[in-house]
Amino acid sequence: MLKARIIPCLDVAGGRVVKGVKFVDLKDAGDPVEQAKVYDRQGADELCFLDITASHENRDTIYDVVRGTAEQCFMPLTVGGGVRTVEDIRKLLRAGADKVSINTAAVERPDFVREAAEKFGTQCIVLAIDAKATAPGRYAVFTHGGRRATELEAVAWAQRMVDLGAGEILLTSMDRDGTRAGYDVGLVRAIADAVSVPVIASGGVGTLAHLVEGVRDGHASAVLAASIFHYGEYSVADAKAALHAAGIPVRLTI
Amino acid sequence: MNVAIIDYGSGNLRSAAKAFERAARESGIEATIDLCTTPDDLANADRIVLPGVGAFGDCRRGLERLPGMVDALNRTVIERGRPFLGICVGMQLMASVGREHGDHPGLDWIPGEVVAIEPAADAAPEDGVPGGLRVPHMGWNDLAFRLPAHPVLTGIASGSHVYFVHSYRMKCREARHVLASIEYGCRVSAMIGRDNMVGTQFHPEKSQATGLQLIANFLRWRP
Repeated sequence: MLKARIIPCLDVAGGRVVKGVKFVDLKDAGDPVEQAKVYDRQGADELCFLDITASHENRDTIYDVVRGTAEQCFMPLTVGGGVRTVEDIRKLLRAGADKVSINTAAVERPDFVREAAEKFGTQCIVLAIDAKATAPGRYAVFTHGGRRATELEAVAWAQRMVDLGAGEILLTSMDRDGTRAGYDVGLVRAIADAVSVPVIASGGVGTLAHLVEGVRDGHASAVLAASIFHYGEYSVADAKAALHAAGIPVRLTI
Repeated sequence: MNVAIIDYGSGNLRSAAKAFERAARESGIEATIDLCTTPDDLANADRIVLPGVGAFGDCRRGLERLPGMVDALNRTVIERGRPFLGICVGMQLMASVGREHGDHPGLDWIPGEVVAIEPAADAAPEDGVPGGLRVPHMGWNDLAFRLPAHPVLTGIASGSHVYFVHSYRMKCREARHVLASIEYGCRVSAMIGRDNMVGTQFHPEKSQATGLQLIANFLRWRP
């Protein structure tokens, strides 16, 4: 049976992990490759890098991070942040990424998703959606790291992008991101029930019970979290044990 | 030992090459891993690996664009019996025909066709699969081996998890060619093969320790 995936996410800027990562056993906690190796050892099902480099000059550092990680971690790797052209995707895949996530560039030009899927296959095109509740059961799509509102309604947007070739959706609740109050389960479920591709729930995880809710109640195929893993509060193995205890099939590795 | 990974422009082969290097090193096998683009590169190869991502037809066309490569594959794998490993669409290309966006001929080494995964339209989380049966089939699924286990699966337990990402599946005409399968709405071929050839629908190069073990087994295999 297919298992629920647990995906740690690392924010990277200028080739370094940002947002405190507090593993005690690391020589260089700012090195994304060192981090990736820890999660690899913990049995993470996938890894996600989000490149939040602000300046254009430092953009190329992400390729070194991806290359270094892919040489040492033999697990699926998704990279997002600032992916705007077919050439950006080609370079990331060539460096060793398996999937790339597209957000703002898809909103600005929806056909970009179709072109990318035709060129590289739907399996490596992840549509990232940052959504915020505007009314009960209504969610608007935001771009530019959640700073800019759009006219797009999230459920319809997700469906349209899947039609154009997105093979997976990475869904982040802007209302919950950073709050540790749990996923916006209503949002996750609204999108997951509306599309045929896998949905990754993101934004707001503070406890292991939140991960369970994302899959059980939100119908997500995968759950993404950052801080609960970075601070060493919980390991990926702890997260899997919690899902397993809740009756959700996971790949138990250690 | 020379390992030839055929580079026909289908996706990133860097991680595949690195995984082969690591698997060889960890199991004490002297191996040179080369990405190859010409039929001549196959002549000296002791092991041949055909990766592949994307659509069946695109991969077939990509292979055709390397002059003489399909003939060289038939010569080395079929006539000279060199051990062969197809990965993902590289496995699917071993079929007679692929039915993704129209019909495309495969290498026709393993009788069968590559068809769309079509989970029941009403598949819901209640069927037990987290998130329900979605396409692509993406993530870790557990293998059920055909017994006795194939030599390339030595040291791997039936029930081990490997990483999949695909929307189409291989339907073998002969059950004996299915070496391992998974459940995803129906039984799906996860590993196929006969004689000196095997193919995996999953990605050993992305399947952590289990994948590296399989790669090492393939390098040691003497069919």
